[in-house]
Formats: sequence, C-alpha cells, structure tokens
Amino acid sequence: MNPDSALPWLSLSIWLPIAFGVLLLALRGAGASAIRALALLGAVLAALVTLPIVSGFDPGAAGLQFVERFSWIVRPNAHYHLGVDGISLWFVPLTAFTTVIAVLAGWKSIGERLAQYYASFLILSGLMVGVFCAADGLLFYVFFEATLIPMYLIIGVWGGPRRVYAAVKFFLYTLAGSLLMLVALVYLYQAAGGSFEIADWQRLALPMAPQILLFLAFLAAFAVKVPMWPVHTWLPDAHVEAPTAGSVVLAAIMLKLGAYGFVRFSLPIAPDAAHELSGLMIFLSLVAVVYVGFVALVQTDMKKLVAYSSIAHMGFVTLGFFIFSPIGVEGALAQMISHGFVSGAMFLCIGVMYDRTHTRNIADYGGVVNTMPRFAAFMMLFAMANCGLPATSGFVGEFLVILGAVQFDFFIGLIAATTMVLGAAYSLWMYKRVIFGAVANPAVAALQDLDAREFLALSLLAAAVLWMGIHPAPLTDAMHGSVAALLSQVAHSKLIPGSP
Amino acid sequence: MDPTFNLSAILPEALLLGLACAVLLADLFVGARVRNFSYGFAMAALALVAAVTCGPLTVGAPVEYGFGYMFVSDAMTAVLKLAAIVACALGLVYGQAYARDRDMWRGEFFALALFALLGIMTMISANNLLVIYLGLELQALSFYGLVALRRDDMRASEAAMKYFVLGALASGFLLYGMSMLYGATGTLDINALAHHINGGPPERWELVTGTIFIVAGIGFKLGAAPFHMWVPDVYQGAPTPVALLLASAPKMAAFAIAFRILVEGLPQLAVDWQRMLAVLAVASIAIGNVTAVAQTNLKRMLGFSTVGQMGFLLLALLAGVVGGNTAITAGAYGAAMFYVVTYSLSTAGCFGIILLLAREGFEADQIADLRGLARRSPWYAGVMTLMMLSLAGLPPTVGFFAKFVVLQALVSDGASAGMFELAVLAVLFSLVGAFYYLRVVKVMWFEDAVDSRPLAVSGEMRLALGANGLAVLLLGIVPQGLIGLCNGAVLRALGG
Repeated sequence: MNPDSALPWLSLSIWLPIAFGVLLLALRGAGASAIRALALLGAVLAALVTLPIVSGFDPGAAGLQFVERFSWIVRPNAHYHLGVDGISLWFVPLTAFTTVIAVLAGWKSIGERLAQYYASFLILSGLMVGVFCAADGLLFYVFFEATLIPMYLIIGVWGGPRRVYAAVKFFLYTLAGSLLMLVALVYLYQAAGGSFEIADWQRLALPMAPQILLFLAFLAAFAVKVPMWPVHTWLPDAHVEAPTAGSVVLAAIMLKLGAYGFVRFSLPIAPDAAHELSGLMIFLSLVAVVYVGFVALVQTDMKKLVAYSSIAHMGFVTLGFFIFSPIGVEGALAQMISHGFVSGAMFLCIGVMYDRTHTRNIADYGGVVNTMPRFAAFMMLFAMANCGLPATSGFVGEFLVILGAVQFDFFIGLIAATTMVLGAAYSLWMYKRVIFGAVANPAVAALQDLDAREFLALSLLAAAVLWMGIHPAPLTDAMHGSVAALLSQVAHSKLIPGSP
Repeated sequence: MDPTFNLSAILPEALLLGLACAVLLADLFVGARVRNFSYGFAMAALALVAAVTCGPLTVGAPVEYGFGYMFVSDAMTAVLKLAAIVACALGLVYGQAYARDRDMWRGEFFALALFALLGIMTMISANNLLVIYLGLELQALSFYGLVALRRDDMRASEAAMKYFVLGALASGFLLYGMSMLYGATGTLDINALAHHINGGPPERWELVTGTIFIVAGIGFKLGAAPFHMWVPDVYQGAPTPVALLLASAPKMAAFAIAFRILVEGLPQLAVDWQRMLAVLAVASIAIGNVTAVAQTNLKRMLGFSTVGQMGFLLLALLAGVVGGNTAITAGAYGAAMFYVVTYSLSTAGCFGIILLLAREGFEADQIADLRGLARRSPWYAGVMTLMMLSLAGLPPTVGFFAKFVVLQALVSDGASAGMFELAVLAVLFSLVGAFYYLRVVKVMWFEDAVDSRPLAVSGEMRLALGANGLAVLLLGIVPQGLIGLCNGAVLRALGG
C-alpha cells in the first residue's frame, strides 16, 4: 500500500460493487425504483472510490502501486496480491465509469428481474477491476474466468431473440481459450519454483520451446477475448443479442481484458517467442484492421456494424503491442481506453434508438436528425471519434500506432493507415443513412428526443471523448514509466545461454 | 494406549453402531405418525458421531491404532468421516419430503443409511484388508436395501438388481485380489504388507496380478470407466435421496481404501498401479464427459458426470508416484482428498435441488424439469448454478480449486513423464464437461417455466441448501482452510 493512502482503495474498487450486487440480490420484493436507485448509488460509489487511485498515482514510478498483499492459499502458494502500474491504472476508473453508464442505459428498457440485472452488472464490474489489479497469476485467472458468468447471464436472460445461442457461444469460446491458459499458469508456477507472482514469472529465464508454447497458450485465451481474427465470430453474435448495457460493457471493458493480458503476460513472460511470432501477430492484426473493416462496411444491422468495427479497432491495439516501440504500446493502450468510451457510446446511441423503435436495421431509419436533433449531435461526435478524427479520443491511439508502425515498417504502417479510410467509410456512411435524409417512415417521425437520463449518459461519454482527444498528456504521462519498463523487459532476451 | 484393544480409536464407529441399532429398535415402537421422531433421532445420532469424530483433528493428536493395528484413527480418517457424515445428513434432510411422499418414510430408511455410513467409516479407518472388506460389504448390503426401498417401483427394482449383481462381482474381484496379496506375503495388515514387500524378495507376479484385481474392485466402487456401467443406471433408478447418498459418501471410502491399499500398502508396485490408474482415469474422463452430453435425464447425467469426476480423482492419485516412490508427493494425495470432499459437497447440492423440485408423482429428474427455475425461485436457481459451475470446475466456486490442485499435482516438480499430456487432456475434456453443466444453467435461467407453482420448501431444507451453496461459493473464494486441512492430514498419514 502507498504510504500516503490510508485505505485499501483497490480492494474497495473490487468489493464495493460486488457488495452492492449481493445486496441487490438479497433485497427481494423491493420496488423497481428503489432497486434502480440502489444500483445507481452502488455504481457511483464504486466509481468514486477509484478516483483516489488516479489522484494518488505516482507517474514517475514504474512498479506496482497501491499494493495489497496477503497470503491466500499456502499450498499451492498463491497470494491475494493487488497493485496497479501505468499500464493498468486507467482501466480501473474506466471500468467503474462504464458501469455507471451501463446502469443508466438499462434504466427503462429492462422491466423484469431488475435486481438480478443490476446485480450482474455490479458484480461484473468488481470482477473486471480485479482482473486489472491482480498481481498474482491465480488471482488473475479467478477474476478473468469469473467475469464469464455474469456476462453469460446478462446475454442469456435479458438479450434478444437468439440470446441463448449467443450466450452459449460466448461462454464456450472464451472458456476454451482460457483453459489452455490455466495449463500455462500451472506450468509457470512450477517453472518459477512455486510462485504465482506475475513479477516472478516476468523475470523467469525460459528456453525457446516452452516460451513458444506458453505464448500460444496465452494467445488462445487472449485472442478469443480481444477478439482477433479468425476467432472473432462470437463477438457479433454476442453484441447483437446482448441488451444495450451488456454491449456497452462487453465492448468497453471485456475486450480489453484480452488485450491487457497480452501486455501483462505474453510480452514480458515470453519475449523471445513474442519476437519470433510477431510476424504472425502483425499479420492477424492487419487482417482484423483491413478485412474486418470491409466486413463492417456491408453490415445492415447497426449493432453488428459497430461490433465489427470493434474488432477492427482491437486489431489496431494488438498491432501496437507487437511492433515493440514505446509509441506503439502507448498508442495501443490509449486506443484501448478511447475505444472503451467510443464503442460504449456507439452502442448506447444504438440502444437509444432501439428503445424507441425496436429495430436496429439501418434501412428502417433515415432522417432521424429531424426528430432527434440533440441525439444526432451526440452521435455525430461519437461517429467521428470512431473514425479517429483529430481532437477526439480516437485520434490519439490511432495516430500513435500508425506512427510506430511506420517507424517499424513503412508498408505495415501504410496498411494500418487504411483504417482511417475504412473507419470513416463505415462510421459516416451508417451515420448518413440513419441520421440524414428525409424522414423515412412514421416510426422515425414519431421519435422523441433524448430525455434527461440519456442526455446525462451521453454527455459524460462525450466529455470523456473530448477531454482525452484534446488533452491526452496526463493519460500517456502516467504510462511512460511502466511502458518503458515493459519494453526493456521485452527487448531483453530470456534465453538461457547455450540452450536452443 | 494398548494397540491390541484401544476403544478410543473406534469410538465413533462403536457409537454409530449402537445408535443405528437404537434407531432401528425405537422405530418399531413409534407409530407412523411420529416417524419424525426416528428422523430426529437419526439426525441427533449423526451430530453426536460427528462431534466424537472431531477428536483426531486437534493439533498434535497422535495416530491411534486399535484392535491389533486393524483399525487406525488419525486426522485423515477424521476429515473423510466428517465429510461422509455431512453427506449422509444432507441426504436425510434433502430427502425428507421425497421420502414422505413415496412411502419411504420408514425406520429402515434411517437405519440403513446409518449402517451404510458405518460401513463407510469402517472402510475409512481400516488398516487391514479383511476390515476393509467387512466395511465394504456392510456398506454395499445397506445400499442394496436402500436402492430397493421402493419395492413397487420398476426402475428402482431394476437398479437394485443391477447394483447387486455388479456390486457382488466387484466385491469378488477385490476379495480375490486381497487373497493373492495374502498368498504372496502372508499378511493382511497393510503396514506389514508394505514392510514385507519392501524387505524380502517380492513375489512380483502374484502381487501384480493381485493389484490388478484390487484396482478393478476400487474402480468399480469409484465408478471409474470401464467399470462404470452401473453408475448411470443406478443413479437414475434409485430413489433420489438414495442416489444422493450413493453419489457422495461412498466416494470418501473408495478414496480411503485406494489410499490405504495402493499408496500405503503397495508403494513398491506404484509404477504398475500408476499405469493402470492412468488408463482408468483417461477412459473415465473421456467416456464420462462425452456421454453426459447426450443425456436428457438429470440424474443419469450426474451419473456420467460422476464417472468423469472420478477420472480426475484418479489423476490426482496417480500423480503422486514419482519414479516408483509415493512418499515424496503428499501434495498429490492432499489434492485427491480435497477433490473428493468438494465433489461430494457439490453433488449433494445437485441432488438436493432435484429433491426440492420433486413432488408426489413427479420425480423432477429430467433436465427439462428445471426449466425456468430462475423465475420460480432465483435463490435455488442460484444454488444449482453454483453446483453446476463447481462440478464444471469454474471459478469462483470450490470445484475450480479442486481441479486446479489436481492439475498442479500432475505437472509438479519431478512428476513422471507423460503427466503433462494427461493434464492437457483433462483440461480439454473439462471443456466438454462445461458444455453440459452449462446447459443446465441455460435451462434454468434462459427458458420459461412450464410449472409456475410456488415451491414448497421446509425450513430445514432451505437452511441446508443455502449452507451447501454458500459453502461451495465461500470455499471457492477462500479455499485455504480445507486445502490446508487435507494436505496436513495426508502428510501426517504418510508419517511426515
């Protein structure tokens, strides 16, 4: 724990929302408005307790801060060990903030099993914060896996017509990946002489063959979660069927768990394998950027379009990691945070329209600006951010990654830069078809503009997008130390002299 | 403490024997109306025996032998016995309404359950091949009776018949194997057996043949493939409370006898039985998990799931052998013990939910019968979800740590070659397992109820199911207590 912080802020950030979730489950028979109010209170409090972590963070230090460490299991030797560094710092408030948005998003559209609905989101929020804070491999795995269960229920209970299919596919895809990671964790525990400390693993010298296997095992877990092409097919299904708030959390945070895994595990633990396989990773990332970008272009369902655009954006993130430069990694991290705001906002916008008309087909809309001018303005901003317009958050990450990619290899940079064109194409073309033009049908003519709750949620997101786009310095400043430490680790071969 | 006749070593068993007889007798004198008296008496007996069993758990308690080293009482036996007692008590609590509705609410039900428990406890504490066999027969005979308790039910009679014929065959196998060990070494005492094999030139051929029969017998009792054919049939056909008892408590005894005979008695043959167990484990995990996918009957599915779970248990048992030496990896046996205890806790909860939904003339044993349970009662749907996640081995339930410690034992330092492949295989099949456990969760949460009548749940049942669910969850968050207990107990049993 930092000497100046009196309270275990990380534990609070994890357990406060979970406690509120359990409280909601226990309150049977409470009125709908009481449940909503309590859920919102829990989400807001959980967001507030993450603020001291940001304000108390020392950007000069590279190591973990706000460390809490207690013995959890004696044999096998695991610890309840939490801490944040410059890489994980921003995801803690981002998760809590997104949960507030998610609670607001389901305010009216969810009518049944309300307490369970909000409890799922609050518990999920705590578990995801746990993933970002865990400094112990086993603790990480427990949080990582446990997040599946609330999301499975969110999609399966409150989702659309094909929700069951989507929920089961989501669960089995991600579980298949993470079980291989479990074997890798057990192997590392033995190799490190009985330690689950991620820091010990990062220092561990390993020959090439195990490094490659470890890298592939982690790849299986994280590639599914990110998701990378070609294991991305669960994501469009899950997004389309999930309720609005589920999509928001899925896109904004859950995808980041996979990308975060790459920086926390794959790169520092198996650096030589990462270099060896970087060609493959860059190839997969570029396929995601270009091919999936084209796939997004032809979608007729708005949610599916944004889902594919998420995959393309996450391809950018993985590209940034595997060009091994400070600019690339920081750009990728900035892209992750920005994508958290922007994709969340896009799904929220679609949810706003869906709540009113119950359709997500682009063809069912047109001329929405005539009836919902305020909404159209917000969506304009987010669509622009989605295609990386300067002065929005989307620009920061994409620009840095392209810069890094060009330094690495001009052609890779060139191909990556097509995302600027493709992103603009699918985002703005959708925006044009939905928002502009003449009023398409009576349903659009009857639309009501934003109410105060929707306005609040979208304003918060808009403020975040603009703030990050105009003044990203504090964001990247906090990362510098940790990213430099990470890259020096990645640059340093772990191969034992004399072994293959 | 005179090892020739040490009553304190067998105090729990002696007490249970007396109380079981008392229940049987007392029930003759109370009419059907006050049958609750017998139930209360049986529960009180279990509580009393549990309290007495706790003795060896105190720190520094010595290992006690009784009856000329035929009987052993230490921390390991205490933990296993307590788990068996808890499973038995859960079976009686959960089975209450079911038994009342089906004319099973009779003294025999309680008495037979207590006698079966006595057999289980005897096996757990046995330190002599003959005592193991006695305990085994007591348990098996009580269970034959319990399975057939509903005389007029076709399914139950069929299950009882199958169980009896195959069970007798398995007992024969085990006895035959024991006789070969006796023939080769001239002793029935397990410590003397190990000592004899260690000391003199072993009659290897006889010993290995005997071990084959013993492994087959243990495989049958655990329900490991290819000796698993009875498991799904009996689980499906037996009255649900009996299936609960059968699925949970005897597994402790099977683990105990496997530990006593193989690990303590035949460490010199470890390389041989390790290979046998590996075949059994892989076959169980594969057959159990794949076949369970195709089941529509929940009890039958749990039967196949048990087969798969027992494969995992065998993996832990065989992981403890390194280069023929079994003593240096107590962690693996601790993992196996933790696995069996947590498995029975989770399985008892599953059957508890089936019993909760059953009513007169309705068994609730189809997976489809759970449809929409989350709407009828989110609380019990939550409990069942925890049980399913635990059996599937997903965090944050205790089942995750059970599977995790087994995997960890498999790839631990100095484990034999090929263990890593076994671990990967086990992990891949647990993905198959996740599919069918998850289907139950899906049915409960995502589908609409066919039967929306409110559930009639007694206060005791509510309490027991809640405690069961909470235990599965809390042990999954802070497992150290139980893991430490199991590891410590095994370490002491191995003389560490």
